[in-house]
Amino acid sequence: MNIQALIIRILRQFKRDKRSLALMIMAPLLVLTLMWLVFEGDRYEPSIAVVDVPQPFVDALEEQDASVEEMSEEEAMEALEDVELDAMLSMDQQKLSITLEGSDPSTNQAVKMTLQNAMKTLSPPSNQMDLSFSYLHGSEDLGLFDNVGPVLIGFFVFFFVFIIGGVSFLRERTQGTLERLLSTPLKRSEIVSGYVLGFGIFTLLQSLIIAAYSIYVLGMWMEGSFWYVLLITFLLAMTALTLGTLLSAYASNEFQMIQFIPLVIVPQVFFSGLFSLETMAPWLRGIGQIMPLTYGADALRDIMIRGKGFEHFQTDVYILIGFAILFYVLNIVALKKHRKL
Amino acid sequence: MESMVRVENVAHAFGEETVLKDIHLSIPKGEIFGLLGPSGAGKTTLVKVMVGILEVDQGEAWVKGVQMPSLEQMKVIGYMAQSDALYSELSARENLDFFGAVYELKPKERKERMKAVMDVVGLIDHMDKPVHKYSGGMKRRLSLAIALLHEPDVLILDEPTVGIDPMLRQSIWDELKSLQKKGTTIIVTTHVMDEAEKCDRLAMMRDGYLIATGTPQQLREQTNSETIEGAFLVYGGERE
Repeated sequence: MNIQALIIRILRQFKRDKRSLALMIMAPLLVLTLMWLVFEGDRYEPSIAVVDVPQPFVDALEEQDASVEEMSEEEAMEALEDVELDAMLSMDQQKLSITLEGSDPSTNQAVKMTLQNAMKTLSPPSNQMDLSFSYLHGSEDLGLFDNVGPVLIGFFVFFFVFIIGGVSFLRERTQGTLERLLSTPLKRSEIVSGYVLGFGIFTLLQSLIIAAYSIYVLGMWMEGSFWYVLLITFLLAMTALTLGTLLSAYASNEFQMIQFIPLVIVPQVFFSGLFSLETMAPWLRGIGQIMPLTYGADALRDIMIRGKGFEHFQTDVYILIGFAILFYVLNIVALKKHRKL
Repeated sequence: MESMVRVENVAHAFGEETVLKDIHLSIPKGEIFGLLGPSGAGKTTLVKVMVGILEVDQGEAWVKGVQMPSLEQMKVIGYMAQSDALYSELSARENLDFFGAVYELKPKERKERMKAVMDVVGLIDHMDKPVHKYSGGMKRRLSLAIALLHEPDVLILDEPTVGIDPMLRQSIWDELKSLQKKGTTIIVTTHVMDEAEKCDRLAMMRDGYLIATGTPQQLREQTNSETIEGAFLVYGGERE
């Protein structure tokens, strides 16, 4: 009954505060769409200049969807300087020599790929090692967006719930309503539970919209069950909410709440698997182990890219639940500062 | 007489700063008790001790024979804080509905009470207006309405009439008097002197001390002053 009153009130507040509502739902969709536009372009076609290269090889290159131009060496060097070209291919005493513009690693990669593929079609297959790739997960169509997508879904849910949850609990304190609530027969645990459930209903909706949009509209790679994705994003949202409300106790205004972003949110982006940490010292990698987003992102990748079942990511689920419960309890303890009971 | 609110030997400090010292109070049932003093005297802190939302370093507060804080006793207290604790994006009706539900009023009873209290504070026509469109005085009145909602035995009002015009202030005091007749015990903090005159008994506070307690008449006589303001100045002067 008491908790229900809190839930109804929080949902009513959401209904009134259209801007926060939009921030929590539209902002992630917008940013995901922008990421999609940036990452999901067609494969890059390098432009390559050829200097005295035999005609069959030039033909083979053109077949690889590269834009090929015949130039003199001086012209080509000049064009490389001006970044109008990505690479120059020249014949030097029966040997092919290639000069790359070189400032963008992904362009370099694209040039190398194009050349290798062209060579393959040119030489007789018999004396060429024939490489064929097979994929355990994903396929050659798995793009960068598909790879970082699951992490991004988790991140945006975490980020926006953290901010909105933290700020609204903070406002409860600064506008005096928290004190007012503590002068009523509400238990501390009821106040925190009301918050968790009220926001819970809302974040469920938010998770649903973000995940459905990413997968069905943007076409993010999806092997596993949609319901698992929803489960993980919901757990992430709960962790973010309880952490946000907990930290709001240590902020005295909205601005100080925003100051937690570089401390709490940004490090999670770096350690959660958006970037490969393989080369980092193991003890540094360990930092990721205390961050909720690490487990959420790990599970989401297992589900979305690798199509794994529950048994494969259940540890992540339990750890996320553990985080949420820990923060929930700490919230109740933190309220003790205001009222002993 | 049975004492409704009792404060015994209370002392409290926020860090280094002592805000309450050696406070003893006993307020009988059905009394309007005024806490008078300049800002920073410790009125709000003392009131919070009675409400049970402040744990003091020393001493005890009792409401209706039960030591505070007690969740059970919080049901018999109606508290109006100094700052308007309202949800500004919600309408008055939604604010009232929320607090009514928190105090576990049944939906039908809740509706009736909401109407009754909004009538008392003269806001019945602004029931569905969002609170952020309210003026300062209207917010004050809505806060009072919320404190009255669950018909508490003890009403604790922290500067209830700040920002309210004299006409409405009069009608609010009429309502407090009629609540008193029904047996409600009312504790008000104020620094408006003519309001102090309306209290049955007064306690004057300064620098965390209770410097004098008595009826307005007693306080005036003891200090040979014609007004409460004069009495207040005399008591205040003694400490300096």
